Amino acid sequence: MAGLVRRRARRQAVLRWVVVGVLSFVFLLPLFALLEFTTRGPGDTLTWDTWRLLVDWPALEETYPVLWTGMKASFWLVLLSVALTLVLLVPTVVWVRLRLPRLRRLVEFLCLLPLTIPAIVLVVGLAPVYAWVVYFVGGSSVTLFLAYTILALPFAYRAIDTGLSAIDVRTLAEAARSLGAGWLTVMWRVVLPNIRSAVLSAAFLTVALVLGEFTIASLLNRDNLQVAINQLGKSSATISFAVSLAALVLAFVLLYLLSFVGRRRRRERSVP
Amino acid sequence: MTTTAVSTGVAVRLEEVSRRFGTVQALDGLDLDLAPGELVALLGPSGCGKTTALRILAGLEDADSGRILVGGKDVAGVPVNRRDMGMVFQAYSLFPHLTAAENVEFGLRLRRQSAAARRRRALEMLELVGIGTHAARFPQQLSGGQQQRVALARALAIQPQVLLLDEPLSALDAKVRLQLRDEIRRIQLEVGTTTLFVTHDQEEALALADRVGVMQAGRLEQIGSPEDIYRNPATPFVASFVGLSNRLAGVLGADGVSVLGTPLPVLNASVAPGPVEALVRPESVDLTADPLADARVVAVSFLGPLARVTVSLPDETLVVAQVSSARLADLPPGTAVRVTLLPIPVVVSSPR
Ligand SMILES: Nc1ncnc2c1ncn2[C@@H]1O[C@H](COP(=O)(O)OP(=O)(O)OP(=O)(O)O)[C@@H](O)[C@H]1O
Ligand SMILES: [Mg+2]
Repeated sequence: MAGLVRRRARRQAVLRWVVVGVLSFVFLLPLFALLEFTTRGPGDTLTWDTWRLLVDWPALEETYPVLWTGMKASFWLVLLSVALTLVLLVPTVVWVRLRLPRLRRLVEFLCLLPLTIPAIVLVVGLAPVYAWVVYFVGGSSVTLFLAYTILALPFAYRAIDTGLSAIDVRTLAEAARSLGAGWLTVMWRVVLPNIRSAVLSAAFLTVALVLGEFTIASLLNRDNLQVAINQLGKSSATISFAVSLAALVLAFVLLYLLSFVGRRRRRERSVP
Repeated sequence: MTTTAVSTGVAVRLEEVSRRFGTVQALDGLDLDLAPGELVALLGPSGCGKTTALRILAGLEDADSGRILVGGKDVAGVPVNRRDMGMVFQAYSLFPHLTAAENVEFGLRLRRQSAAARRRRALEMLELVGIGTHAARFPQQLSGGQQQRVALARALAIQPQVLLLDEPLSALDAKVRLQLRDEIRRIQLEVGTTTLFVTHDQEEALALADRVGVMQAGRLEQIGSPEDIYRNPATPFVASFVGLSNRLAGVLGADGVSVLGTPLPVLNASVAPGPVEALVRPESVDLTADPLADARVVAVSFLGPLARVTVSLPDETLVVAQVSSARLADLPPGTAVRVTLLPIPVVVSSPR
């Protein structure tokens, strides 16, 4: 009986590793292929020239101006999208929880809505809006951050809402107020420190989303990293693949950091 | 023991305060007076509006009508953070990201005290509530009782005009509760802050308060010293809510109510003469073993020095009597007993 159980446990463990192995193979193989391709020199030699170029920015700008423009645009897009998402979302969600609990369903619905709308449809709606944006602030690719903020809402909302659920915001806010804190102090000194990891998650998710966005930028005729990669892919495949790989790895690193942030906070708490 | 400045408490007055939530009339013309330095307990069943009264006083909720005076001044329109009231909540409300000491310092920091003064005061307050050694711990590393102590220290640190406690002990286990209850009283007497304590635990209210206000359906039924509330309940509700009462049939006449053949003085007026129910305390019931009597002991419960004996009358009415445990030997279940009532005033109500 005991032997049977043990045998079954061993079989399950083996199965588990097989599954993990197959999945990581399927998953990592393309990445290795990318790496191999980008390091392939003339006559099947190993060369890091492409990667060296990637960190040598002045040279990169000169060699591939399109890529450089896309990277710059994406950099600003990331910054502005994260900033706007957080500035819009954090106070709103907290305020709704504290003062307007009846609106919570509505806000949740609104925030999750972009998830249900296909990118193509979104573009059809955004095109006339962007006509106005161009009219007022010009046609810079960086104005895409407005659209990206909408795209990021569902993910950022989920993250922040989860963080808020973990604490009794209402009681904490009331306690702080009774001790003399105004609303700004409540927000800054009480709520934010307690949802720090949720806010970071929201930020990271937004970064990952903006770095990977192609459809809207392309359909609205703007430049960003992915659009540049796509264009470059036609003329200079090596550099475009190298940049894709770098962007992917950057997103993974961010996601890894994200899980790390939550864990470290928990450990900090249990130390006496 | 401490250098706490004894803050001379202020008077607090609630006048005709009403508040409605949708169809629920949470407060219905509540009048309440607190003398400077007094501890008043608001006692009442769940949903009678205790928390609402406290929150309105704190400014966390607005009254629909009525006035609130603190130290003689109307506080209408003064927001929570300017009311200068210390609060302890039923739910644990310490800031999770701050240590015990930092929690206590929170209010002082907002009052722009220097770091050193804050630190000193925080430790002093934690000392006062008996957990000076845990100053560096985070809330998650404290027990429920310890967290409520820190919450009390935090509320007192700002030397509030008024201290508001909303069932601060109800999440704690029985033993910690008794201990902390006594300490809250000791500390309150020491600092002399006018205090409103909300609870649905009558024992807590009677043990702790200078005066107890019994609430029902958004109004104050009666307010008085614990002894007064217990001995001279003004209404049947108060008599049955505070302490145990037997409901016994009686006949109300011009000079009192006759229950089990004994005339008893009546506390409340507004009941029509005729058949009524009298609310008789177990300690007003006396039992004598008598083989010829027709009442029988049906159950005995031992409470330490005292015991409760349940007796069945010939008409099957059950009567609970409180006797000294020493007499239990004479009153095992099945014993025939004679039931007599002591001539202690009772409350009567119309029969249900
Ligand atoms: N924010 C609110 N919205 C709607 N109804 C409320 C609200 N706050 C209180 N009530 C209602 O008002 C009534 C009084 O509530 P309150 O919290 O004051 O009772 P309580 O005496 O403190 O009860 P408990 O002992 O259970 O805490 C209840 O019927 C409650 O349902
Ligand atoms: Mg309550």
